[in-house]
Amino acid sequence: MLTKRIIPCLDIKDGRTVKGVNFVNLQDAGDPVELAALYADQMADELVFLDITATVEKRKTLVDLVARVAERINIPFTVGGGISSVEDVSALLNAGADKISINSSAVKRPDLINELALEFGSQCVVVAIDTRHVDGEHFVHTHGGRQITPIKTLEWVVEVEQRGAGEILLTSMDHDGTKNGFADELTATISDLVNIPVIASGGGGNKTHFETVFNQGKADAALAASIFHYREVDIRDLKEDLASAGIVVRK
Amino acid sequence: MDIAIIKYNAGNVQSLTFALNRLGVDPILTDDPETLQKADKVIFPGVGEASTAMNYIRKNKIDEVIKDLHQPFLGVCLGLQLMCKHSEENDTECIGVFDNIVKKFDPNLKVPHMGWNTIIDLKGPLFEGVDEESYLYFVHSYYAETADDTIATCDYANRFSAALHKDNYYAVQAHPEKSSLAGQQILKNFLELT
Repeated sequence: MLTKRIIPCLDIKDGRTVKGVNFVNLQDAGDPVELAALYADQMADELVFLDITATVEKRKTLVDLVARVAERINIPFTVGGGISSVEDVSALLNAGADKISINSSAVKRPDLINELALEFGSQCVVVAIDTRHVDGEHFVHTHGGRQITPIKTLEWVVEVEQRGAGEILLTSMDHDGTKNGFADELTATISDLVNIPVIASGGGGNKTHFETVFNQGKADAALAASIFHYREVDIRDLKEDLASAGIVVRK
Repeated sequence: MDIAIIKYNAGNVQSLTFALNRLGVDPILTDDPETLQKADKVIFPGVGEASTAMNYIRKNKIDEVIKDLHQPFLGVCLGLQLMCKHSEENDTECIGVFDNIVKKFDPNLKVPHMGWNTIIDLKGPLFEGVDEESYLYFVHSYYAETADDTIATCDYANRFSAALHKDNYYAVQAHPEKSSLAGQQILKNFLELT
């Protein structure tokens, strides 16, 4: 059976991991390649690299990093952050990325989704959506979740699927950073609305949260960052627990 | 050992190249018929849409070159589908190394079939040392039906061919280059075929 996926996310700035990580057995915890290889060994199913490098001139660093990651690890990985053109995507895929994720640039110019799907295939186009609950409705946010847009999240997910997105990475800004659990209800609603995989992100703090986001939340995959970086949750242990709860995972 | 990867318009081959590098071989990417004929092994990758790929393949007579090869040959992902007879993806006549038909997954399923799934009924040298129910990484919206040439199956609402074999031609639907140790073993086995 197709498994549910566990996806650690690494924030990257100028080619280095941003958040301090707590791995004693890593020679260089700031090196994304080392960390990626460690997660691959721990049975992570995929990885996401989110580049938060501010300046355009430093983005070349990202392409180099992607090549170094692809050279070393043998599981799929997605690269996101600041991608806004076919050329950006071409460079990253040619360096060895399996998928790319777009967020604000897709909101700004939705045709980008169509262009990327046509040029590279839907399978490598992940549309990341930052959403927040405002006055009884869910609205898409941009700029790292700081800026609200008039776009309703439940309409946007359908539109991105129609335009050719292959997967949705849904981050609930209401849950992100809380470690109180994922946005199960919203994730389930979206998972029912679209026929492409949905990755839930934001709020995962313990093993039970992952269990509920897969069961109640109907997520196809769940993403988290700091709980893995700080070893609050070990991926192997998490998968053992999920398997005991009857959730199909790769072990 | 000369490993040639077929160069055409449907494929991001960087990951595959790196995976082969990790096994100690350095493949060449080429569409030159003579180089392909002389290679010890040929790999036919593929990511993308079937009709666009087939148009390019026919225009450049790559299909004729492929059918003429006698060394171990491995199709990967879309490569497998293009080696079949026909694909429902834009009603495309394919190369026809295998007689299988490529169909679209049930629209009620989440498509693409994306992620890790188990392979079973493993047959032959390609799966030497690979356990039944090993997990491989799949990303595809169409699948090859099972038939006599099926050497591994996978289940996504219905059973489909995870791998095919006929004469010197092998093909896998999953991405061995992205499938951790099981995938690495499959690539290693392919490199050891004679």
